[in-house]
Amino acid sequence: MSIEHIDFRYPGTDAALLSGLNLNIEKGESFGLFGPNGAGKTTLMNLMTGVLNPSVGEIRLLGHKMGTSSKKVNRLFGFVPQDFSFYRELSAMENLEFYGAWAGLDRKRTKKRTAELLSILGLEDVKDKEVGKFSGGMKRRVNLAIGVIHNPSVLFLDEPTVGVDVQTRHAIISYLKELNDNGTTLIYTSHQLTEAETLCRQMALIDSGKIIAEGTLEELSKKYKKKSLEELFISLTGKEFRD
Amino acid sequence: MYKLWVTIKKDCKILLRDRTGILLMFVMPIILVVVVTSIQNSTFQLIGKSKLPLLVCNKDTGQASLQLISAINRVGLLKVSPLPKNESPEDIKQAMKDKDAQLAIMIPADFSEREGAKAQNSANKSLKSFGLQPDSTRHKAFLPEPPFTLYFSPILQESLRFSVQGGLTSALQLVEGRETLRKLYYAINEKQLPPDLENEMLNTQSAIGMVSVSKTGGLGLPNTTQHNVPAWTIFAMFFIIMSLSASVVREKTSGSFIRLKTLPTNYNVGMLSKQITYLGVTLLQAMVIFSMGIYLFPLIGLPGLNLPSDLTALVIATVITGWCAVSYAIMVGVFATTQVQGNGFGAVSIVILSVMGGLMVPSFAMQGGLRTVSNLSPLHWSLQAYYDLFLLGGKLSDVFVNLIPLFIITLVFQLVIFFQLKRKNLI
Repeated sequence: MSIEHIDFRYPGTDAALLSGLNLNIEKGESFGLFGPNGAGKTTLMNLMTGVLNPSVGEIRLLGHKMGTSSKKVNRLFGFVPQDFSFYRELSAMENLEFYGAWAGLDRKRTKKRTAELLSILGLEDVKDKEVGKFSGGMKRRVNLAIGVIHNPSVLFLDEPTVGVDVQTRHAIISYLKELNDNGTTLIYTSHQLTEAETLCRQMALIDSGKIIAEGTLEELSKKYKKKSLEELFISLTGKEFRD
Repeated sequence: MYKLWVTIKKDCKILLRDRTGILLMFVMPIILVVVVTSIQNSTFQLIGKSKLPLLVCNKDTGQASLQLISAINRVGLLKVSPLPKNESPEDIKQAMKDKDAQLAIMIPADFSEREGAKAQNSANKSLKSFGLQPDSTRHKAFLPEPPFTLYFSPILQESLRFSVQGGLTSALQLVEGRETLRKLYYAINEKQLPPDLENEMLNTQSAIGMVSVSKTGGLGLPNTTQHNVPAWTIFAMFFIIMSLSASVVREKTSGSFIRLKTLPTNYNVGMLSKQITYLGVTLLQAMVIFSMGIYLFPLIGLPGLNLPSDLTALVIATVITGWCAVSYAIMVGVFATTQVQGNGFGAVSIVILSVMGGLMVPSFAMQGGLRTVSNLSPLHWSLQAYYDLFLLGGKLSDVFVNLIPLFIITLVFQLVIFFQLKRKNLI
């Protein structure tokens, strides 16, 4: 994924939320994007997935320009938004079947992937229950399952483990590692920095709409003389509240 | 096709699990149709079959007042209830309140004498114009005063009051005509008018020719069911706005929409699915309400619904009406930013469009400018098409003139939806 000199401002606002931002993420990478609240992580994620279009600059994914009217590029990536993105009135299976079809799978492949994912993410026993009645952890797993139903080459994850217990977090991170080991590029944001240390090889810190640090954890620790990602985060972004 | 099928299945499942939505779309309109038809049927019966009670205080002791009461009874509109002779105007007003009567008349003590003098006067004028000698007897002179007084409740509808006034005038004219005829006959023949001749001359009872101006020329008389069921079916179809606009807003504002935007399927598929699903709902609504009119109404004492002879025209009119209702609901949903906004605006706008369209006040009763405004309401064209089919026995060729504007309004709604989705970068 290449992001070149992008600016972005929300309609009706004067100040640009992102300004002159550049970023390159290699294929097969496990990339973490961190920053305080309001830094622009979710906006950048929405720009990378084509939900929003930059005011200036260009974003390319696997050679395809994002934000064009063609939806071919959308087959290549999956997105797991921070908010629960499914129909609460439908069961886990019904949601997966619907999103599978919209992701471009045929009936047979949708059924196969639905069964696989329900089993992998421990949702088989509750597959027919309305998702609205699920616990927070189960909802997070459904949210993830929908994002990967079509075996995307690139997976965007916006805080995929927020509000879940240790067991669910462990299951989700393990599954994401497995996906990355099998060649899926992960682009991930989170406030769970310990979790991020175990998952991400490459990372970038974003603050006030700009990338303020970029590299592997080792490179950044060496450069800024900090032992952990959390120490590095505080030293670069300060201790003041941001929202 | 698979995507569309899966999306329709998704929309149907969400719809079936929304019990409040189903209640609003099916149960409420059914209750509305039954209640409105029952109430209007009672009013029709009050005017058509039952007689309005009329309290009569007859202070007169002569024959003319008795003839007047007999003539009032024969008009068929009123049921006479006598009051004591010595009632004052205040007593009559009180009696109306006590007996829950909307109408009363007071016949003055000199009614027969006045009518006699009036008849003699008319007879004399006629005799004079024939060149005959009029009656030279001097009669008492009366000031020109109304022959009797009608008391009425302000609750009584104006149209009904005019009908009663017409009936009473007709009865009075019969009495006056009889008296004049008797005087004339006596003056010419110097003997009383024979009763059989009097009856022949006064009670001709010539029937008025009646032709129902329907497309078929049949004499099917409209009833409350034929009027109400089509009208409230249209209202019910448009009332899906409560569920459909909320569904569009909910999808637009929920997280699911963000995900839909990142998937390789155009949101037009989602919009098409909603249109097909809810068009099915509107057709089902029409079937349920029409079936109720046909099978249930006769069981609860209401006139049964007669379906139009051209069923193809009925199906086409219903499909276009349903599609228009769905398009309007989606348009409101696409513009609304919250469910409360969509529901509030949706419900109020449907009531306004119903009033404009003639569902609550007939379009023909509207003044010039308002009548032009009513043409902007899609419900007006639907209603005209249904009335042509249900009341006038029209065919498809007769309702095209209404279906074409309805179709054009629907296309305008579709274009507005398209451009708004495009403007918001949603398709």
